Amino acid sequence: MPARVVVLGGGVGGTLAANLLSKELGKEATVTVVDSTGMHLYQPGFLYVALDQANALWLARDERTLLRKQVELVVDQATKIDPGAQTVSLAHASTISYDYLVVATGSRIVREAVPGYGDTHDFYSLDGAQRLREELRRFTGGRILVGVAGIPYKCPPAPVEFVLMLDEYLRKRGIRDKSSVTLLSPLNRAFTIESASKLVQPIFDRQGVGLSTFFNVETVDAEQRTVTSLEGETAGYDLLVLVPPHRGAAVVEASGLGDAGGWIPTDRNTLQHTQHERIFALGDTTDLPISKSGSTAHFEAPVVASRIASFVRGTAPKNAYGGRVMCFLETGGGRATSLRFDYAHPPIPPKPSRLWHWAKWIFNRAYWVTVPQGRVG
Amino acid sequence: MTLTAPAITKSIDARGMACPGPLLALIGAIRQGQVGDVYEVISSDAGSKTDIPAWIAKAKHELVTVMEDDGFARFIVRKAR
Repeated sequence: MPARVVVLGGGVGGTLAANLLSKELGKEATVTVVDSTGMHLYQPGFLYVALDQANALWLARDERTLLRKQVELVVDQATKIDPGAQTVSLAHASTISYDYLVVATGSRIVREAVPGYGDTHDFYSLDGAQRLREELRRFTGGRILVGVAGIPYKCPPAPVEFVLMLDEYLRKRGIRDKSSVTLLSPLNRAFTIESASKLVQPIFDRQGVGLSTFFNVETVDAEQRTVTSLEGETAGYDLLVLVPPHRGAAVVEASGLGDAGGWIPTDRNTLQHTQHERIFALGDTTDLPISKSGSTAHFEAPVVASRIASFVRGTAPKNAYGGRVMCFLETGGGRATSLRFDYAHPPIPPKPSRLWHWAKWIFNRAYWVTVPQGRVG
Repeated sequence: MTLTAPAITKSIDARGMACPGPLLALIGAIRQGQVGDVYEVISSDAGSKTDIPAWIAKAKHELVTVMEDDGFARFIVRKAR
């Protein structure tokens, strides 16, 4: 009887892991993806939608078209995982059983966790990005604050990219001299990676982008138009853009499989749940203090697929995750740099250039026919 | 005098994890935690030796101790408010 592999979540990690497992195991396994919407969203595009550089249409595809035809797709909400019985309960259909489970349910945005969040803007959902785009089109000048209201969050460079691209956007609209742009950084510099921070700080200085350090947003007062940090400082704004708080998926929390934030305790090399060896986690879903990004999921998926294939065949797993991540960082003015690193090698970002900006653009455009199918590694 | 090691509420092994990095992982854990919780952060990033104590001082938490090891350091931090 073929092994039953169930993948929860049809994002980058879940889709790629399912396709690789199906390809590797063929008739030795059935591979089923359970996804709550059946639509695959290319989330790095939200930034470009918010800043009026891209149409929302290219960001969504039918998940079915991204999966190998041998992979079954179930569009339903997983509500409970029972690791003892090795089953997953679904909201609208009967329970499904697994021999191996890949949890790739990603992050859940919980704006309500910030007191006063209300109508504060963000670009962490397609709706949010479109609403921010409309707000920016109406904007005629004033104080813009960009901050981080929860950790961890997806795509650590995003706030830096946003302020630098926003600076460019306001200049093109001819209202930069009527506006101030300030990044409220959770850290004591613009960006977590010191070498990258040193690259972007001169751009902040040159462009007149402000930086407030050690400002972790805790509450918003929409009436007074102020934002207060957990470090105890308050700042005023006319337009506030926040990275909203994230949590792990509701199904992980409902099943008691996550930590205090709903993230799955995961081995940093094998990507298995630390207590349940038949459960694997990848991408945003894990509790690893590593980037929550499509890139991380992309590089983890082959490890998960390879290790499950070894278990199915009764052979010793060979592949382990070495912490590989690669991402781009837009620095405004049509330039970007790149960050490549793993557990053993810290990133050494190159000087921002047009080359990396175009590399990111090509990657964004080619995503649909490369990443989910495992054509780039 | 006897020294009693505090019970660790959560340990964060951020060795080799450049992004988002050890300090952001600590801030995230403290945001989720309760007053009195004790966190252990293991970092191989040289910058942590200044960054982590600087944030703890600013945010008014307590740095219980720092233990140097071969190529990494362990920071023990108590959520104080």
